[in-house]
Amino acid sequence: MQQKAVTDFSKERVIEIKHLNKSFGPLDVLKQVDLELYKGENLVVLGKSGTGKSVLIKILVGLLKPDSGSVVVLGKKVDQISYKELLALRLKVGFSFQNSALYDSMTVRENLEFPLVRNQRSISKAEKNKAVEEILEAVGLSQAINQMPSELSGGQRKRIGIARTLILQPEIMLYDEPTAGLDPITCLDINSLINEVQERFHTSSIVITHDLTCAKAVGNRIAMLLDGKFACQGTFDEVFGHKDERVKAFYDYNFIE
Amino acid sequence: MKKRGSNPAKTAKRPGKITRMFLTLFDVGQFIVRFFKEGFLPPYEGRELINQCYNIGYRSLLLISTTGFITGMVFTKQSRPSLSEFGATSWLPSLVAIALLRTLAPLLTGLIAAGKVGSSIGAELGSMRVTEQIDAMEVSATNPFKFLVSTRVLAATITIPILTFYTAMVGMLGALLNVTVNEGTSAAAFFQSSLESITFLDIIASTFKAIIFGFTIGVVGCYQGYNSSKGTEGVGKAANSSVVIAMFLIFLEEVISVQFFSLFRSV
Ligand SMILES: Nc1ncnc2c1ncn2[C@@H]1O[C@H](COP(=O)(O)OP(=O)(O)OP(=O)(O)O)[C@@H](O)[C@H]1O
Ligand SMILES: [Mg+2]
Repeated sequence: MQQKAVTDFSKERVIEIKHLNKSFGPLDVLKQVDLELYKGENLVVLGKSGTGKSVLIKILVGLLKPDSGSVVVLGKKVDQISYKELLALRLKVGFSFQNSALYDSMTVRENLEFPLVRNQRSISKAEKNKAVEEILEAVGLSQAINQMPSELSGGQRKRIGIARTLILQPEIMLYDEPTAGLDPITCLDINSLINEVQERFHTSSIVITHDLTCAKAVGNRIAMLLDGKFACQGTFDEVFGHKDERVKAFYDYNFIE
Repeated sequence: MKKRGSNPAKTAKRPGKITRMFLTLFDVGQFIVRFFKEGFLPPYEGRELINQCYNIGYRSLLLISTTGFITGMVFTKQSRPSLSEFGATSWLPSLVAIALLRTLAPLLTGLIAAGKVGSSIGAELGSMRVTEQIDAMEVSATNPFKFLVSTRVLAATITIPILTFYTAMVGMLGALLNVTVNEGTSAAAFFQSSLESITFLDIIASTFKAIIFGFTIGVVGCYQGYNSSKGTEGVGKAANSSVVIAMFLIFLEEVISVQFFSLFRSV
């Protein structure tokens, strides 16, 4: 299995989370979480189902409010800026949903045009078509342009979902389980898509997954969320050389049986 | 680190029924305020608005046409015996016209639209909420409230009054058919006597009522769908409560507006 080269990134932080707490009623999901994302890197967040990985990145784009702690994205305190500033920030942060969340009353083309048209009112038809065709080409689904989301397979929907966030050329990409529920071959496609995005658009990304193959292939750095906290961070080998039983269990589950 | 359970929000008792009702009312109030604050500011979603108007009209047209026509016909037929006791069957056209315009048309249209339009708005927005499509709009830097809610509320408010006058017209045709068959009245005579009895106040009052009904249907459907709870059950609940609540409010508004407009009537 190909492991991602470990490169030294500039220490410019595009995301900085400090002492973040979040609970739902009696359920403490995130407890004193600290995390940073450096410019240009792919950070993989691993963790069991239900540990709050989705909650964490939803807080990053202001879909959920933190209970306490500070969350700074591209220099802005997400939970303290106005709605207008938040929308401006979201232009720079792409979010690909765990379930793709395609607009099911619109065709693939309309799905991709939606963020473009709403954010660049003066865009010409030719520019619009060009952007849509280019991004479809990049995710390898040019033939699906006039289909409805319900006619696509799970993997195709994932890729369209990623394309829809890429079309605004974000500086940060947040992928929520991009390979979950897909066959190994399609997973490889998605992995190389994520790497290609990093190289072509120079985006910094957080990739959430419980798939270690994906983690190894795309992650410059890996962070493991255990019981509401980041237990260990580092390269793939550093993380899985760790003594923690829970980390070992995660590794064993993925590679031995 | 904080100890478990020390957070006051977590240990607080669940608010009582009455408190919750007021909280909901306050929430709805905020929803309406947001509509007025954001709905009329640029950038405008003109195409989506027209789309929604078309949808609402198209969805309810067949049902409204049938109901309106049959109501006009049956109402005429049922009123004839009482009028003929006084030998006043010639008053039928004006009686039907007034009844249709003042009450039957707005109420029928409102109730039918609450069923057809309200439920589909509730279900549509509810399923968009559940499948995170609304969140997806948020994160692509679009204001989903403006795109989804403002357009639908505005569309319902514009379309229901138009549908109301259409219902009244179709109802008159039903009445005409019945009167022509029974009394042999000509269409010209029928419309002359019915139009003579209608006042300007009737038209204003009906338009006003229909606007309120349309607004109610739009707001209730959108509120239920937009705030629908997660899970497929939430979608069903949103669709269902959209209809029930909108119908209840429409009756309430009807009663209040009848009282209000009777202040301006001499008889
Ligand atoms: N809006 C919400 N309201 C209440 N509880 C929530 C909400 N969102 C998430 N939770 C709870 O927070 C916990 C973490 O959820 P989250 O979706 O972040 O898990 P996850 O790590 O992404 O898991 P998975 O790998 O299965 O996607 C879960 O126990 C969930 O029940
Ligand atoms: Mg998740």
